[in-house]
Parts: sequence; C-alpha cells; structure tokens
Amino acid sequence: MTSAKPEHTLAVALRGIVKRFPGVTANDRANLEVRRGEIHALLGENGAGKTSLMNVLYGIYHPDEGEIWVKGRRVTIHSPHDAITLGIGMIHQQFRLVQTHTVLENVILGLRERFFFPEQSARPRILALAEKYGLKVDPDARIWQLSAGEQQRVEILKALYRGVEILIMDEPTSMLTPGEALELLHILRRMTAEGLTVIFITHKLEEVMEVSDRVTVMRAGKSIATLETAQTNVRELAQLMVGRDVLFRLEKKAVTPGAPVLKVENLNVVSDKGLPAVVNLSLEVRAGEILGIAGVSGNGQRELVEAIAGLRPVSGGKILFQGEDVTQTPPRMRIERGIGFVPGERWMALIPSMSVAENMILKNYARPPIGRKVFLDAEAVATHADTLIREYAISTPNRQTPIKRLSGGNIQRALLAREMTERPALLLVAQPTSGLDVGATETIWNLLLEERARGAAVLLISDDLKEAMALSDRLAVLFEGQIMGEFTAQTMDLEKIGLMMAGALRQPTAEPTAGEPA
Amino acid sequence: MNLPSLRIEKRLSSPRWLPAASLTVGLLLALVTVAVIFATLGVDPLTAFQRIFRGGFGSFYGLQETVTKSIPLMLAGVGLTLAFRGRMYNIGAEGQFMIGAIFATGIVRLFPTWPGFLLLPAMFVGGFLGGALWASIPALLKTRFRVDETLTSLMLVYVAYEAVKFLVYGPWRGSDTRGFPITDEFPAAAHIPILPGTRVHYVTLLLAIAAAILVYLLLTRTKLGYEIRVTGENPEAARYAGMDYRKVALLVMLISGGLAGLAGMGEVAGIHFRLRPPEALSPGYGFTAIIVAWLARLNPLAAMLTAFLLGGLLVGGDAIQIALNLPAATVQIFNGVILLFVIASELFNQYRLRLER
Ligand SMILES: Nc1ncnc2c1ncn2[C@@H]1O[C@H](COP(=O)(O)OP(=O)(O)OP(=O)(O)O)[C@@H](O)[C@H]1O
Ligand SMILES: [Mg+2]
Repeated sequence: MTSAKPEHTLAVALRGIVKRFPGVTANDRANLEVRRGEIHALLGENGAGKTSLMNVLYGIYHPDEGEIWVKGRRVTIHSPHDAITLGIGMIHQQFRLVQTHTVLENVILGLRERFFFPEQSARPRILALAEKYGLKVDPDARIWQLSAGEQQRVEILKALYRGVEILIMDEPTSMLTPGEALELLHILRRMTAEGLTVIFITHKLEEVMEVSDRVTVMRAGKSIATLETAQTNVRELAQLMVGRDVLFRLEKKAVTPGAPVLKVENLNVVSDKGLPAVVNLSLEVRAGEILGIAGVSGNGQRELVEAIAGLRPVSGGKILFQGEDVTQTPPRMRIERGIGFVPGERWMALIPSMSVAENMILKNYARPPIGRKVFLDAEAVATHADTLIREYAISTPNRQTPIKRLSGGNIQRALLAREMTERPALLLVAQPTSGLDVGATETIWNLLLEERARGAAVLLISDDLKEAMALSDRLAVLFEGQIMGEFTAQTMDLEKIGLMMAGALRQPTAEPTAGEPA
Repeated sequence: MNLPSLRIEKRLSSPRWLPAASLTVGLLLALVTVAVIFATLGVDPLTAFQRIFRGGFGSFYGLQETVTKSIPLMLAGVGLTLAFRGRMYNIGAEGQFMIGAIFATGIVRLFPTWPGFLLLPAMFVGGFLGGALWASIPALLKTRFRVDETLTSLMLVYVAYEAVKFLVYGPWRGSDTRGFPITDEFPAAAHIPILPGTRVHYVTLLLAIAAAILVYLLLTRTKLGYEIRVTGENPEAARYAGMDYRKVALLVMLISGGLAGLAGMGEVAGIHFRLRPPEALSPGYGFTAIIVAWLARLNPLAAMLTAFLLGGLLVGGDAIQIALNLPAATVQIFNGVILLFVIASELFNQYRLRLER
C-alpha cells in the first residue's frame, strides 16, 4: 500500500468530480473531504449539485471524471450495493419503504437472511441497534401507520443493520416536524459519538450551525469552501451559498383585508384511514390576508386543504367561496373559479415523466390561449413555459426536459409558478419552501406576500413555525383537527403556540375572527 | 464461499439509446428462445426462420398477404396504443373485433338492397359502434364499480365468440351453405373494393393509416389527448387538475373498441364476404394487436410498422406450419414469446442487472 497517511482520518474524499447531464454540468470538479466521526453539512442553492454529488458517492451516478476515496483507499463504486459494501449508506428524500410491510420486514428486505423465519434472528439485532442509538420504533408496526419521522428512523435502522459507517442524508429534516427534527439531530450525535460519519444535506442554516462539525458549501456544481462550523456564522454561509447577502427583508406592506374569500363552517373531514381528521373546524380568510395554519404535521392539515380544493369528500359542514357554497362543487370548477393549490405532496400535482412545459399547463390547458376548442396551441404552450421559467427563475436545460430531472428546489419553484400565475382568488399552499435554499425561500416568501398585496386570500400550511409567523397576518394552531387558538401578527406568542401545537393549551374563545356581515 | 450473484438495481439515469437497445436485445432473446423451441420440435431453427421470412416478405404473394393481415392488426393495435396510454388495459380487442363483425353483418341483413356507397359506410359505422359498445361494458364496470377492466374485457372475448357461433349455427346460417355454419355471401355492394391481383381491401387499409395518424394527433395535439396522457401517467395528478377520469376511461375504451370493431368489419366485408365462426374470422388478431401496441412502445405511428411485421409473422408462420408440418399453435407460441420478451425488456429501461462476486 502506498503511504496514504492523511487519508486515514478521512472517511470520504471526493476529488475533482465531474458529472454532466444533457445540457447541464451538475458537478464541476467538485471536492469534498469528510473526516471520520464528524457530521459534515453539505450546503448549497437549489441545483448546486449536492444530490448529484452524493449520488456519485452512493454509486447511483457514475462520475465523468474524478476520484473517490473511501477510508484511505481509491475505489470505484458501480452501484448502491457496492457503496453499502464499502460502508456507505444513503437516505433519500423520498423514503423507499414497503408501505404494507412491517418495520422489521423492511429492515431485512433484500438481505440474504435465513430463508425461514428470518425475523427471529433479526429481531434482537434490530432491537439492540434501536436501543443503542435511541431509534424508538415498534418493529411490528406497519410502515403506513408511521409518521414521517418514524419512517426515517426505519431508514436509518435499515442502513445501520447493513453495517453502514458513513451515512448520507439528503435533506433529512425537510419533512419532519420541529420536534422530530430535534430528535433526529440527537440521534445523529449519538451515531457520531460511536464513530460513525454523517453527511448531511440541508438548506437550513440554523441546522448547520446546530449540528455540524464542518460544512462544505457548493455553488453551481463546484465546492467553493469547507469551513469549521464553530468558526463561521449564518450570514457568512448564506453569503457564500448565494454569492450575495441574503437579508430576509420581507416586503410586508400593510394591507387592509377585503371581503371574506373563504369561509369554512363546522367542517368535518375523514382521513384515508377512516378516522376523523378535521373536526368541527371553522375559519375564514379574507382578500389580501394570509392565514397561517401552524401545527405538527398529521393533525389534519392535509385533509383540510384537500377538502377545500375539492379532492376529498366532506363528512359535515360547509365550505363557502366568495359567498357561495362550494361544498359539493367538483375540483375543476373550483379551479376555474380561482382556487389555486400547492399540495405538500408535490407529486400529486406534477407528472414526473412529462416535460416542464407540459407540467406548466396542467391548470390552464383547457382554456385560451393554451386550449382552443379541441386543440392545444403548441406555440402558446411553449411561450407559457418559457415565461414561467424566466419570471420565476426555474433552472432547467429547457422546457422539454422531463420535470423529474430538475433539482428538488426547482421542481418546487415550477409548481409554485404554475399556481401563482393563475392569479387565484384563493391560494392554498402547503410547505411552500420545504427543500428550498435561503435565496429561493426569500423569493417565495416575497411572492406570497405579493399575492397578498394583489388581494389574494392565502391559506398557508407550514410546519416551519418561523415561516408561518413571518408571513401570516393571522395564525391558527391546529391540533387533532381542531383549531386550538388564533393569533394576530401582534399577539403571536411562541410559547403559547408551542403549547397549543402539543394540545396542552386551548384558547377559551377559539373562534374565528368575526368577519363583516356579508 | 462467495458465489457470483445477479443483482437487479433501479436506474436513476438512463441514456437515450437505452429503450431501442433493450427492445432489440429483447427481440433477439425472443428469437433464441423460439429457436430452442423449433430445435426441440426437430426443426432446424435457421431453416424455419428463413422460411418464415420468405413466407411473409419474400414473394409478391407473401407480401400482399402480409399487408392484408396487417390491416386488422393495425386498426386494433392503434386503438390499443390509445387505451394503454390512458391506463385502460383493454385486452379484449378480439371480442370487440367479433362484435364489429356481427354488427357489420347485421347491417347487410337489414339493408341488403342498399347501393354500395351507402351500405359500405353504414357497415363501417356499424362495425365501429359494435366494437365500441362491447368495450363500453368493461369501461362502465370500471368507472362505476371499479371492476378491473383487464379481466372483464378478456372474459367478454369468449362471450363474443359464442355470440358469433350462435348466429352462424343458428338464426343467421345461410340457405345455400350446404350445412356449413356460415351466413350467405354478402351482396356485391357490401364487398370492400380490393386491389386487383391481391386480397388487400385497400379502403380498410387507408382507414387504418388514417386512424393511426388521427390517434397520434389526438394524443399529441389535443386537450383530450393531454388528459389521456396525464391520466395514464399519474392518475392522482389528473384528479388534482380536475380531469374527468370517467370521461377519459370511457373514451379511450370506446375508441379502441371501435377500431377493433372496424377491423372485424374489414374482415367480413373485405376477405370473407360473410360471417363465419370466430376461428375462421381471426387467428387471434385482437390478441396479436396487444403485441403490436407494446412493440410500438404505445406510439400509434410506430404501430403501423409493427402491425406490418407481425402480419408477416402470421403469414410466415402459416407457411412453415404447412411446409414443415408443425402444430397449429406454433405461431401463437412465437407471438407469446415475443410479447413476454418485449414486456420484460421494458423492465430494463428502469432497472439494470449486474453480476458481482
Ligand atoms: N438525472 C438527471 N438528468 C438530468 N439532469 C439532472 C439529473 N440529476 C440532476 N440533474 C441536474 O443537475 C443539476 C444539479 O442537481 P442536484 O439535484 O444535484 O441539485 P441539488 O443541489 O441537490 O439541488 P436541490 O437543493 O434543489 O435539491 C440540476 O440542474 C439538475 O437539473
Ligand atoms: Mg437535492
């Protein structure tokens, strides 16, 4: 063996990685050095090439150029299986678990365990691992019964069970509740204390500061700096990442709310599992106003917005839009009347295999200038797509690119662009900035505020309290399908909101702010 | 001990040439498999392939037969590309073909004295309506009661077979057929014109080509086509966009059934000039059309080409059956193997295999 002295402390070294896709260079001579036993944050704007670089390390992509070193040895990684053999595991943003199987079955799936009753030998090992790292999860629960945070723990268990020493996590906190995120950070700490190494992709600067030992910033496919976390700060990171100062200056003008646009009265909605998800809920959103819904995800947020969009039957109560009862109105008519919807589950609103252009017309394909009598106007489709790509700075090789090829943040941007360009009277938005970088978050926040200034009523669902508090004119806290209390921008109180989110406090007069009589 | 093992992995990136390559490899493997089958039957595979090729494409007679047989394959196959794009797995084109043939015959019986310029169009319309009607049953069962259309459309094939048999053995049996279970020959006005010296009923051929182009335009240029593609690719997104799933499901079934019905009409009015028992009307055109559609990768324009290829295979298969004294099911085995490999090769566009130690 050659003398690879300095390598010994390095778990992973990526040198000069180049990965090209048709029309884009995702990684442009990117470097990354990760020390053993550290939590290394990977930071960068949407489309900076973070996921691609990690996919190279995990053997999903093959680099066009560059070297991969693992634990001091130069390696070639052909596949995730190779990566796992080398002790590298990766947890993607989309979990890859079999929903109808149990936790235990998922953990051992695909391994060459004993053919008969493999659970018996696996169970004690899984329980021991869970104990060691504080991964609380019932091995016999079925995946569909688990929250996002629990499913993620299953993914981590799966990796640990395979003997992974270097764990890559792609935006692991983006779908977690704040409590779950905190718990995850604790788990990661325990893992590194045991000598494991973690590479952690994120957009949240506070998280970088809180959890990482070192951080590498990527921009436009290049790695531009690696810093000791202790010696940097949020501002410097944001600056490095975006190449300019990010001030989070929100253009929140005073807007006098207009007439009520949405009125929900005693709404009851049932979840997929048949349980009550929204219970006797009433709320009101007026023109030029943002009503934020804060709450731990899974407390009826999804069911509430889907019911308002007409995608989920209502088991009781009324939905009034611009004064008219739309409780039974089909989704198409609600769209035409001006209800826009950005769901938290992105792929419900996009067609992965279709082009950006074809995804951009999903809402307006039926009417001019896009749809004319029976035909689609190809030229109008192209213009529409190009306009949105330009106006909302969607980074894509061109409008023909399948939308699934875009980076996570750009997919999100495209979706928001499509819904906003419709100029809806009511905009339902769930997690508008999950997975977005700081620059893009700032942009989206300002876009939402522009919608408000334009006179749209915005119903904002967000797991991110900071976001909900920054944007909302009024903030309602949802717990188990009920509104526990409501605040105005002036009365927002972090402590009370937290208690309400946990169901420990309920405002005595938990009634919607009275609107003017119609 | 470490044995090498084969692993299946999901692809995240796929080169552009991949679909064509996997299809080619799939077809080659299909050929190899068929070669093995020939060998076990005691036939030299190379000779057999040669004869099939020469039978289907090697002579004027063979070519015109191939074109003739590609007509129903094209009509039904084009329809199936549309249905499959819309995620309606209509595998009962064979049944819709039969009902189309019955309807066309029914119209001849209703208006035997009409002149050709009225009677033939009426028969085409009747054939289309018959097939569409038959396909509407699984469509309605699916949209109303969520009954799986794969099963129902297939079962209805056998009902359609029985309907044809009932008619030719019973009420519609001809008066001068010397006991054969066939109807009387259609009047000359009900014969589709034929290219001289061949059996090519070219009016139906032109209709099939027009259908391929129209379905292509429908899919790529129209609002309805967009709805069909969105529904097929991501039904949840279609619902989110307020598209009417029932409308899409019903329409693609009606059109695909109608085109299969037209194919049936073309056979009775262009080849047989009468209704005959199902096995005489079709060597399984409706089933072979499924292969036509998949082989064309659900592109209606490509289906014209694949229909021609599979038509040649049918003709070549007939030729070796007689020449080499092979069982009648040979061609069907051939078709089955091809379908299997084509669908399997589809898998490799998303997954890859790797050998490792
Ligand atoms: N399979 C692919 N085919 C074509 N282009 C791709 C592919 N994967 C990634 N890209 C492109 O490479 C670039 C980098 O993408 P990547 O997903 O690595 O960004 P990212 O830093 O993870 O961004 P985000 O924070 O938005 O997730 C983007 O322009 C993206 O469109
Ligand atoms: Mg990414």
